[in-house]
Amino acid sequence: MRREVPLIICFLAGVFFIASYFVPHYRVTNISQMANQWAIIVIAFAYVLGVANIARINFHIIQRKDRDWAYKIILVSGLVFMVLIGIGWGIKEGTVFYWFFYYTYYPMQATMFSLLAFFIASAAFRAFRVRTWEAALLAVTAVLVMVGRVPIGEHIWKSFPDLTEWIMNVPQLAAKRAIMIGAALGAISTGLKVLTGLERTYLGGE
Amino acid sequence: MKVTLIKIFKALDTLDRRIIFVFIALAVIIPLEFPVNFDFSVTAPVRGFYDTIDSLPSGSKVLVSCDYDPGSMPELYPMNLSVLQQLFKKNVKVICMQLWPAGSPIAERALNQVGIEEYHKKYGEDFVNLGFKEGREVVMVSMGNNIPQTFPRDYHGNKVEEIPVMHGVTNFKDLAMIINISGGMPGTKEWVLQVQSRFHIRLASGCTAVSAPEFYPYFQSGQLVGLLGGMKGAAEYEKLVGVQGLGRRGMDAQSVSHLVVFLFIIVGNIAYFALGGKKKRLNV
Amino acid sequence: MISTELIGIWVSAVLTLLIFSFLYKDNPFYKFAEHLFVGISAGYGVALEYHNVFLPNLWRPLNDVSIPLANRLPLLLPFVFGLLLFTRFFEKISWLSRWSLALIIGIFAGIAIIGYGSGDLVLQIHANLLPIWTDKWLTSFNNLLLTVGLITSLIYFFFSKEHKGAFGATARVGIWFLMISFGASFGYTVMSRMSLLIGRVYFLLGEWLGILK
Repeated sequence: MRREVPLIICFLAGVFFIASYFVPHYRVTNISQMANQWAIIVIAFAYVLGVANIARINFHIIQRKDRDWAYKIILVSGLVFMVLIGIGWGIKEGTVFYWFFYYTYYPMQATMFSLLAFFIASAAFRAFRVRTWEAALLAVTAVLVMVGRVPIGEHIWKSFPDLTEWIMNVPQLAAKRAIMIGAALGAISTGLKVLTGLERTYLGGE
Repeated sequence: MKVTLIKIFKALDTLDRRIIFVFIALAVIIPLEFPVNFDFSVTAPVRGFYDTIDSLPSGSKVLVSCDYDPGSMPELYPMNLSVLQQLFKKNVKVICMQLWPAGSPIAERALNQVGIEEYHKKYGEDFVNLGFKEGREVVMVSMGNNIPQTFPRDYHGNKVEEIPVMHGVTNFKDLAMIINISGGMPGTKEWVLQVQSRFHIRLASGCTAVSAPEFYPYFQSGQLVGLLGGMKGAAEYEKLVGVQGLGRRGMDAQSVSHLVVFLFIIVGNIAYFALGGKKKRLNV
Repeated sequence: MISTELIGIWVSAVLTLLIFSFLYKDNPFYKFAEHLFVGISAGYGVALEYHNVFLPNLWRPLNDVSIPLANRLPLLLPFVFGLLLFTRFFEKISWLSRWSLALIIGIFAGIAIIGYGSGDLVLQIHANLLPIWTDKWLTSFNNLLLTVGLITSLIYFFFSKEHKGAFGATARVGIWFLMISFGASFGYTVMSRMSLLIGRVYFLLGEWLGILK
């Protein structure tokens, strides 16, 4: 029963959502709306579970004094601090929580992502090698798009943006659409496998 | 001469990546400090975005979903501000929400900056921030049935049923269009799949440049009425709306940095082929 | 009197530089900022879930006496399912968390089938059914290219048959279209990454140092 009950729940939940699309009767819509509300609540708990797991793992590292344990103290302290001040004193503009979001979370995340600019340039110089005709096609397209999409490209040649837009609207679109259709078929088949119980990896081991 | 060239290519082939980083930093800093302001034209997806909003009658209600976080702010925040500017200029009522937790304070800041400080709009009557809701596609489908039930309270804790701008708004049928500013997942793709294809409402999207190429099929098929891609999309849109924001300001730095990367690709390949095209693993 | 905004800008700038120090090499300052970021972002999410989901969608309606009890009691079910997720921390009863996971997975599977089926499959195929003979030669050419590109790219992804002969040649054409699309994606990715750096440099030079014109 430990595996059968979840499989039944999964099947019923999924089939019901599919049915609500094809049967827009108000009784079905009302029940599906209620199920939507429940799902929103359960998913929120799932997020908190993830964070609780982060806290638990790092707490164990601190206890055992494993590698980088001192930094984990900072991690757990930051986590607990934000939870306490957020829940205790609110999250709106003007609160301590908001101040920490705007002056610590925001700059750190933005900077983390901005590091990628340096690494992509480094990769372009050290690893982007045109070894085959296909790679050459990739490189030429990349260069045309990179230069054509910025104002200096239009300054070099007036029709550069038109060429870039043509690349985006025709050859690149065709391939992206093929990938999209293939991925859609894969998603539908995976969804059906999950609902029918053929795919059970989410249940984990016994 | 040949020996000197070989030496140069060998040096380039083993160049410390920190020197590359310095070039990139300068490619961004110098144009920001000394702007040239090259002009640029507006592309069709951006024109579609602007024209659709421009066609909205005064008083219509539009949902603006700010699904991004600080990681993509340089590309998306300028779009967010310009969208609000165009909407408020046209006296369109704005219902804002977020599917990303970190998008909440950012959206609130944008609404205050444009709605209250610039256009002197009244919260609750001209716009509302419903806040963040967890659940991704489930939230979208839920809103398709009943928006007040999905968001019983707004960002400030007020009951949504008591907010004037929400009167008469039950689901997507009561909205003129949806504008999605998307930093990833959940975002444009999910809005197209779960909302546009199911409820057939006009949907326009502003997204990061990383995602933009995969949304061109949606624009071509009509599932998106407009598409802003990255900082260039933001700059084009700012030009149409008539504002000088970070989008336009960043275009010179964008131009120079792209040229630098282009030169890196060329020089790297010249050095590689000049040295015989040997394969080796590199730490980039 | 130093304002909290000024302190905040300096804190932001210092944290920005701590993370940028990684570009020189991995160092304790970067590690400190990295761990601080992970902790703060995780804690931030929990507070948001509490104020935006737990309170308005569960706790307040559950305790709102103006709502009939018959309408409030069903909310106990998602509450219980949510709490069951935390049984994962206790080995003997961790199997109970599968119930909640199954609910979430089932819902998303159902939603995905409908969404991908209508949005990505049917409508995208429909959008590519284009006339390859029109009044304008460029439109005809583009439509032909879109049709050929889609079919050859789809053929490339068909791995049940060996890519030999005519089939292989068609798949090869598909590869060319795919390479063009990957090149375009790379170009846009460069644009995206540079934009993020532009944003941070704009903050450092503009808001922090105030040297931008």
